[in-house]
Amino acid sequence: MTLLSGDPPRGRALQVLIVVVVLALAFAPFLFPGVKALNTAAKILWMILLVASYDVLIGYAGIVSFAHVMFFGVGAYGAGLALYGFGATWGALAAGVAAASALSLVLALAIGLFSLRVQAIFFAMVTLAIAYAFNVLASQLSWLTGGEDGRSFSVPPALRPGFKWLDHPVLGVQANGKLLAYYLLFVVVVAAFLVLLRIVNSPFGRVLQAIRENPFRAEALGYRTVFHRTLATCISALGATLAGALSALWLRYVGPDTALSFSIQVDVLVMVVVGGMGSLYGAILGAALFVFAEAYLQDLMGGLSHLAEDARLPLLPALFHPDRWLLWLGLAFVLAVYFAPTGIIGALRPAEGKGG
Amino acid sequence: MSILDAGAALPRPKIDLLPALTPVVVALAAAPFIGSFSTFLTLTAAGLAMGMMIFTMASGLTLVFGMMDVLNFGHGAFIALGAYVATLVLLPLASWSSADSVPLNLAVFLLAAVAAALVCGALGWVFERLIVKPVYGQHLRQILATIGGSIIAEQLLYALFGPDQIPLGLPRTLEGSFVFGEAAVEKYRVLATLVGLAVFLGEMLILNRTKIGLLIRAGVENREMVEALGYRIDRLFVGVFMAGSALAGLGGAMMGLYRGQVHATIGAEFLVLCFIVIIIGGLGSVGGSFVASILVALIANYAGFVAPKLALVSNILAMVVVLIWRPRGLYPVSGR
Repeated sequence: MTLLSGDPPRGRALQVLIVVVVLALAFAPFLFPGVKALNTAAKILWMILLVASYDVLIGYAGIVSFAHVMFFGVGAYGAGLALYGFGATWGALAAGVAAASALSLVLALAIGLFSLRVQAIFFAMVTLAIAYAFNVLASQLSWLTGGEDGRSFSVPPALRPGFKWLDHPVLGVQANGKLLAYYLLFVVVVAAFLVLLRIVNSPFGRVLQAIRENPFRAEALGYRTVFHRTLATCISALGATLAGALSALWLRYVGPDTALSFSIQVDVLVMVVVGGMGSLYGAILGAALFVFAEAYLQDLMGGLSHLAEDARLPLLPALFHPDRWLLWLGLAFVLAVYFAPTGIIGALRPAEGKGG
Repeated sequence: MSILDAGAALPRPKIDLLPALTPVVVALAAAPFIGSFSTFLTLTAAGLAMGMMIFTMASGLTLVFGMMDVLNFGHGAFIALGAYVATLVLLPLASWSSADSVPLNLAVFLLAAVAAALVCGALGWVFERLIVKPVYGQHLRQILATIGGSIIAEQLLYALFGPDQIPLGLPRTLEGSFVFGEAAVEKYRVLATLVGLAVFLGEMLILNRTKIGLLIRAGVENREMVEALGYRIDRLFVGVFMAGSALAGLGGAMMGLYRGQVHATIGAEFLVLCFIVIIIGGLGSVGGSFVASILVALIANYAGFVAPKLALVSNILAMVVVLIWRPRGLYPVSGR
C-alpha cells in the first residue's frame, strides 16, 4: 500500500484490468513474440508515463496545456542529440537527459509564470502557440536537430540488439540488449509512475485538486495558486521529458514526427480522456488501449474498407481507410467527453462512498 | 436627483489610440533595417494583405469567445473547409478562371468566396448544435469537445478530398502585380486587403449601428444582463457562431488561393495564428484583433526579410512583448 501511496485503483473490475495490463507489459517479451508486439509494448510504456504526467496537469490541476509534447520532444532530442554528438555512452545519455530536464524546467517555469497568472484559458492558447513555434524551430535548426529528417544514433552497447548477455535463450527469448532495453524502460516507467502517484497523493496534490475545483476558494484558504500551478507544470514537464528520453532510447531515432508533432499531443489528449482524467491509473488503461488500437485497429479497418469496396458502397471505403483511424477515435473521444467524462476509470469505479 | 439630467448625451467612450498606432510604429522602426524603399513598400503591402486575411479568420473566433466564453478549437477546421470549398467551385469552373475576361474572372472568385462562406456558415450551425452546445460554461470539456470536433472534421476532409495537396490557380486577371516604380504589389494582395477591409467595415457597422450589433456587444460585456432583459442570447450566439465560421471559411478560401494549393493542415496552422492574434488584440475585441492581425503580419514579414530565423518565433515574441505591456491585450474587453 505504501508503494501505491495509499491510492490503489478502486473497484474489483478496475483492479483486475490494471493488474492484467501491468502483468502483460511486465512479461511482454515472453508472452508476445515478434518485433511489432514488442515495439507496441514499449510504446505503451513511455506513453503511460507521458499520459500520467499530463494527467497531473489536466486531471489534477485542471490546466489544459498543449505544450506537453514539446517537453516530450525536449527529452527525446536531449537524449538523442547527446548520444549522436558525444558517442553512445551512458555518460552522454545522462548528460543529455540532465540538460533536457534543465531546459524543460526553465521552459515550464517561464510558461507557467508568464501565462498562469493571467487567465487559465490563456494557458491553453499560449502553450499551443509556443509548442507550434518550438516545432517549427526544431525542424528549421537542421544543423543541430537534423531538420525534418531527424537524427539516427546508436545507444550504449549494452542496449543494442547485437549484445548477448547470456549464451542461451531465457524462456525461449534471446537474452540480447533489446530485452535489457525493454526492462530498462519498464523499470523507469514504473518508478516514475509511483513517484507521480506519490506526488498527487501528497498535500501538494490535494491543493492542486482544490485549485481545480475552486481556485478562488483555494486562494482564500491561503494557497498561492500561481505557485502550485507552476510547480505542477514543472513536475509534469519533467515526467514528459523522461518519457521522451525513453522513447528516443528505444527508437534510436529522433525527429519531429516521432517527438514533437502536434498529432502526438492530440493522441495524448485522447488517451487521458478515454482512460479517465483525475486518476493516474487512467493513463495505464488509456495508453494501452490507444497504442494497441493504433497498432492493430488499422488492420481491422483495412479489412472493413475492402469489404465496403467489394460491396460498392459509396464513401464508406474512404471512411474505413486505415489512415482514417483517427476519425473513429475522434468520435469515441467526443462521445467520451459528453457521456463518460471520467473515462474508463469512471465507468469501472464503484460509486463514491461505497468503498471498494 | 437634480444632478442627473436624463436628456444629456451619454459620455462618449474614449478611444485609446496608442495600441492602434503600434503597426505604424513597427513599420517605421523596421524601415531603416530594410534599406530600399521599394522593398519596404512590397513587404508592407504583403503584410497588410496577410493581416487582412488573418483578421477575416480571427474576428469570428474573438466574438465567439467574447460572447459565450467558448474557445473554439474547431475554428481551424472551418478555415480548411473554406479552402476546399473554393477548390470545388474553382476547379470545375476553370474555364471561367482562364477566360480573358475581367467580369468572368471576378465572378468566379466571388462565387468561390461566397460558396466557402455559405457552406462554412451552414456547417457552423451543425457544429454548434452537436459539439459546442452540450458543454456550455465548462472550459475544460469545451476545449476537449471542440478539439474532438476538429479531429473528426479534419479526418472527414481527408476522407472526402483525399490526403494530397490540391493545386489551386488564381483567376487570370488576379495574377501578376501592379508596379509602382520599383515596387511590385501583387494584384491578389490588393484584392485580399480590400476584402479584409470590407469585412472589418461591415463588422464595425453591424456591431455599432444595428440592434443586433448592440445586443452582441452587450452580450460580450455581460451575458446574464442581456438574458435578464429578455433576449434569447443562445439564438444570438448561434448566429454569431455561424458568422464566425463563415468568415473562417472565407479567410480559408482566400488563403488557399493566395498559397496556390489547399491542404487540411492549413487549419491547424492558422488556428495557432488566430489564437495569437486574438490574445494580442484582447479577447472579445474585434477592433483589437484587426490591429493585432496587421501587427503580427507586418512583424512576420519584416522579420522574414531582415532575419529569416527570427521570423519563426516572431509571432510569439510579439505576443510576449504586447502582454508585458498590456497583460489583457491591446483592447481589453471589460469583464474579461
